[in-house]
Amino acid sequence: MRHWLAQRWLWWALLGLLAWPALSLLQGALANTLGANPAEVLIRSTGDWTLRALCLVLAVTPARIWLGQPLLARYRRLLGLTVFVYAFLHLLCYAWLDMGLDLADIGRDIAKRNFILVGFAAFVLLLAMALTSFNRAIRALGARRWQALHRSVYAVAGLGLLHFFWMRSGKQDFAEVAVYAALLAALLGWRLWRALRQRMGRA
Amino acid sequence: MLIRTHDNGFIHPNASEITPPAVWQQRRQWLRAVGATGLMASGLAAAATGPGQNRPLPGVPSKVPGAMVMDKLTGYDDVTSYNNFYEFGTDKADPKQRAHTLRTEPWSVVVEGLAGKPGRFGLEDLLRLAPMEERIYRLRCVEGWSMVIPWVGYSLSELLRRVQPQGSAKFVAFDTLADPQQMPGVRGGILDWPYVEGLRMDEAMHPLTMLAFGLYGEVMPKQNGAPLRLVVPWKYGFKSIKSVVRIRLLDKQPVSSWEKAAPQEYGFYSNVNPKVDHPRWSQATERRIGEDGVFTRKRPTLMFNGYEAQVGSLYAGMDLRRNF
Repeated sequence: MRHWLAQRWLWWALLGLLAWPALSLLQGALANTLGANPAEVLIRSTGDWTLRALCLVLAVTPARIWLGQPLLARYRRLLGLTVFVYAFLHLLCYAWLDMGLDLADIGRDIAKRNFILVGFAAFVLLLAMALTSFNRAIRALGARRWQALHRSVYAVAGLGLLHFFWMRSGKQDFAEVAVYAALLAALLGWRLWRALRQRMGRA
Repeated sequence: MLIRTHDNGFIHPNASEITPPAVWQQRRQWLRAVGATGLMASGLAAAATGPGQNRPLPGVPSKVPGAMVMDKLTGYDDVTSYNNFYEFGTDKADPKQRAHTLRTEPWSVVVEGLAGKPGRFGLEDLLRLAPMEERIYRLRCVEGWSMVIPWVGYSLSELLRRVQPQGSAKFVAFDTLADPQQMPGVRGGILDWPYVEGLRMDEAMHPLTMLAFGLYGEVMPKQNGAPLRLVVPWKYGFKSIKSVVRIRLLDKQPVSSWEKAAPQEYGFYSNVNPKVDHPRWSQATERRIGEDGVFTRKRPTLMFNGYEAQVGSLYAGMDLRRNF
């Protein structure tokens, strides 16, 4: 009997769970049940789910160590790609629904507004990680370089949070921003604390 | 017994046969309502009617130039379920869910400051102050969406004239009610309550600037700023302050709530202007709620929201990029 975390159905169940928000948004858009301003709901919800997926993927390593479940690492790639897919949908919704897929206009918008630039920079980093997420890419890059590249997820956390903060600063409504900031600070702080402790241990 | 004689002429009917006043008053009300509806229908095709959730408040189609745009009306459900009214929460679905705690009766508005005849006006007096007009205005939100709403009310100048502004009164400031008991959002620190807005005196006296008491032929729904609000159709929606309790005539330009909160993002004038962007998004285009589909390209935003012919002269010679 294989370990429960190694069961294939669990992977598929998680995939279904992660795809659920996107599918229900798509269903809502087609059935026109997203309220008065469906475009706004699509853009904001895909952004929200990007942040949520980011918190999840960053929780894998702490959970793996705390719970003593090394098999949890098997779900890291799926969760990482989920962050990328939601970020991509977020960018697509903005580019299509807000900017009418006018590439020149989008380019100007990115160059002109720090708020958009920061979000776009996070997407570029996620794209680089998504493109190097398969096994052959790891071998081609070498584990050390691959790991260095994929540590840019920490930068994505900072950029994504700043993007969300700027978006909410118009409404002066920082309650949700504070929740994500606390979660991401805990997840990144734990890594920092662990790295420092290891260095002290070695010294 | 058709012909009354001395014997039966003074016999009164049974008390139970007398129509109770409530009933005949209802009948008169009903006749008035029907008459008003007929009047509106005959006046023009406009006369929008709501779903009957609130008391009727009919108005005759306005004769003010620019007050009856021909755009398709935004549906009543969208108009009353997608609102920015931070006193009831920052989510646009919040006001409809939470504004039921607002008590609109009794209500009065204090008009004070540089006025010859300042005073406190009860809602009943304000409702009778001038004839109710229906006006179909475009509403452009600073967030990049727009609606077309049939308001009921009259020009703010009707009220201002009655308080006799002094020559030194150059600006008008408005306050929204700020009661934490009735307004859950006021308990939080999103803005410095009460919500304050302001206009220059010539803007306030412009016939298009409206005190609205209703929409869709009914009294104002609470989430839309009951019992009375300002509507300034050529400015971004947040200038059209809701649930007004105080009006001040001033010699100095007041600081509006959003100007105070984010001066780099929101100016005093906040005229709709497709050429002046918000720092975080373009104002060149807008999405018409309920009409444009999810995948429809956004439509171009018009200078002064399409009211340039009526209000452009107010800003002649002004740098609208600086005075945004």
